Amino acid sequence: MANRHLAHDTPELRARWGSFAWTEENKAKADYHIAKYPPGRQKSAVMPLLDLAQRQVGAETDTQGWLPLPVMEYIADYLDMPVIRVVEVATFYFMYNLVPVGKFHVQVCGTTPCMLRGSDDIIAACKKRGMAKGEVSEDGLWTLTEVECMGNCATAPMVQINDGNYEDLTVERLDAVLDALAAGKEPKEGTQEPGRHTSEPSGGPTTLKDMVDANHDYRKEW
Amino acid sequence: MPKVTVDGQELEVPEGATVLQACELAGKEIPRFCYHERLSIAGNCRMCLVEVKPGPPKPQASCALPATEGQEIRTDSEMVKTAREGVMEFLLINHPLDCPICDQGGECDLQDQSVAYGRGGSRYNANKRAVTEKYMGPLIKTVMTRCIHCTRCVRFSEEIAGVDEIGALYRGEDMQITTYLEQAAQHELSANVIDLCPVGALTSRPYAFEARPWELKKTLSIDVSDAVGANIRLDSRGREVMRALPRINDDVNEEWLSDKGRYMVDGLTKRRLDKVFMRKRGKLTVASWEEAFQAIAKAKPGKSIAAVAGDMVDCETMFAAKALLGAMGSKLLEGRQTGMDYDVSSLAAVNFNSTFAGIETADAILIVGSNIRWEAPLVNVRLRKAVKNGAKIFIVGPHWETTFPAEFLGEDLSVLSKLPKAAADAFKGAERPAIIMGGAALAKGALGTGLAFADKFKLARDGWNGFNVMHFSAARMGGLMLGYAQKGGMADIAKAKPKVVLSLGADEMDFEPFADSLKVYIGHHGDKGAHAADIILPAASYAEKDGTYVNTEGRVQFAEKAVFAPGDAREDWTILRALADALGVDVGFDSFVQLQSAMIKAVPALGEEGLADYGALPKADSKAKAEGEISAYPIKDFYLTNPIARASAVMQQCSAELLHGDELKEAAE
Repeated sequence: MANRHLAHDTPELRARWGSFAWTEENKAKADYHIAKYPPGRQKSAVMPLLDLAQRQVGAETDTQGWLPLPVMEYIADYLDMPVIRVVEVATFYFMYNLVPVGKFHVQVCGTTPCMLRGSDDIIAACKKRGMAKGEVSEDGLWTLTEVECMGNCATAPMVQINDGNYEDLTVERLDAVLDALAAGKEPKEGTQEPGRHTSEPSGGPTTLKDMVDANHDYRKEW
Repeated sequence: MPKVTVDGQELEVPEGATVLQACELAGKEIPRFCYHERLSIAGNCRMCLVEVKPGPPKPQASCALPATEGQEIRTDSEMVKTAREGVMEFLLINHPLDCPICDQGGECDLQDQSVAYGRGGSRYNANKRAVTEKYMGPLIKTVMTRCIHCTRCVRFSEEIAGVDEIGALYRGEDMQITTYLEQAAQHELSANVIDLCPVGALTSRPYAFEARPWELKKTLSIDVSDAVGANIRLDSRGREVMRALPRINDDVNEEWLSDKGRYMVDGLTKRRLDKVFMRKRGKLTVASWEEAFQAIAKAKPGKSIAAVAGDMVDCETMFAAKALLGAMGSKLLEGRQTGMDYDVSSLAAVNFNSTFAGIETADAILIVGSNIRWEAPLVNVRLRKAVKNGAKIFIVGPHWETTFPAEFLGEDLSVLSKLPKAAADAFKGAERPAIIMGGAALAKGALGTGLAFADKFKLARDGWNGFNVMHFSAARMGGLMLGYAQKGGMADIAKAKPKVVLSLGADEMDFEPFADSLKVYIGHHGDKGAHAADIILPAASYAEKDGTYVNTEGRVQFAEKAVFAPGDAREDWTILRALADALGVDVGFDSFVQLQSAMIKAVPALGEEGLADYGALPKADSKAKAEGEISAYPIKDFYLTNPIARASAVMQQCSAELLHGDELKEAAE
């Protein structure tokens, strides 16, 4: 998961993002987050504000959004805290993008359960569609990232695309999801397994089977 | 007071102590990298693991574990030994084996501790991590591959310096210590992170590859770059001072040192006066000692001789000059070169009475006309601590960038007589109120008003004296104790039209009024004083002579001679002694010991290291009213305040890059 780096501080970057400021709507949200903390502890709100800023950048660029340095400086200024502390937080957490990403940020989980269930195939399929790790595809639509466990091990393998999780993937199912996204549709989030609702055991319960219909007292059977 | 057992030895430890501190009290050495007495506890290096019962059956980080009643601590068990070996092995996984080319070698915590606690070899044979160097300014050299992420530097800049600029970016194996956008660390204490760094990641840039610690002769000395009198150690090799490092003294500098005190030492070898010079036909030409002394004797000064002390001279030099002038029948002594003429009838009124350690406990502080960050960076650290303990600070004078929350009350001195309500309330309710008068306030004649302020708010009370004057010349308090003050300041000296003016390293004085006098400069650097002089007698700097210094809190401290002065330069007192012979008078001493005992006889306080007693504050004139505005502070450039610093290439670079960097950038565009 390494290979993260800050975007270079160039005059072009400053020209593009130097005048970043909250939209009216986001300003209200930012102040809402700040108000959660006691006065003087406003810097506790740095994480929701970074997320908010990333989303605003995303809205402006029609991507998932990222955090250019001037935007981090703006947040530091807004929270009256040293900018290095903001950068520390932004570089620590993987969900803050430090470089531009595509409209759809395809984050494939590659941790052990997903790997055992075939995440290597998922990554290969993504690459076959022209995605490369950490890069924006030519059409500006895709960025591929391999991430660590997203906590969906019961429905492995999975990808997270922007705010949605797509689970129980096969190469075909992934292609269907990506095609739908590319076509501007909203594919169903969550598990892609037909007949499965969430992360319940596929093929019906494997334990406490008697509890399915009514409350069953197991204590006699111990 | 919890009772604990350390390796079978039972002892009581203070409330709130950690297990590590308990072990230290028991005389056990606990290896550590991230833990530092003066910084917050991070607990991330894991080197201080010990076995503690009761507790989970695994080693615990002693630095972050509170000592509690009945703990059984073991530092010598097999578990502890293997734990230390394991941690050490992990730390060394990504640490390069470049000790032979590392400047930290020989004084490296990692090196020492891996010898003492490591397992002697590594089982790691995969690729090591490499990290790019980070630029941190002209003083700090970085080799970040060596960094073990103890975060001492991060905590220092955040907690002690109060300038949040170093941070740890990324995470895990990719973690990197850097400044934002690799900007230079811009504060007056930045180089202290070099001492704090337990490995060779942050080393001294000017000292890079200069010497090995075991080659150096260590001499205990006193920093003369400001009036704090930081305790330093001069490391010298041969005839050259290689570096200055802080010594620990909790009363004065804790264990920090300002960048100027640390890095002006390279100026000791540059622009030195190493020969006698005389002005002949308007031009300074090399001469001999005899010629020079004859010329001075030919001027037949008699009573008409004056001495002006510079900012960095020791008490012995000043006393020798005073003895010489006394033998000639003159009392024209002055040390306040820039013409200040505050009342010195009571030294308590011009002293930092609450002491540096004491100011930490103040709860309301008024700073009048002092840019403390530049005039005494180490006192600024104390003020920051005071604020952390809940003190309120108000400042009268132009705005400067504080490292703590403070309220500026404007530049008009009249505010002293009628404080705004919020400030007045803070002082009325304060248990330990204090005022700090800086040079800018003294120059405006605000001393009397300050004393009236002290009277009004009862700054001096039982066990507390909150009236403070902040000088910034190392020689000032010693000079005042030796009587280097005229009622009217330098103006009185000028009025007396002395035939001969002895300038004891005085470079900041105005030589204009002394156009008709024979100006003799006894100093060590070719600076303003030497340019104006008619005769230059090369003398020794603070590193080249024994001497007594008194800091702004009246603390008498003794500095030792580290190296010999270059060329023909002599220790100042010997020059004055020889001059006495040339002038045909007797000064009553023939050796340094005799001089020192004569000085101590005249001013007994100078014979005792520690705080001098100046008695109680004088009665204040309640009608005293200061007027006018403090438009500027005396120090225009922190890095170039004295002749040694001005001669230092490192200080010049600091000044150009850190203070005038923006102008440089503009010029380049």
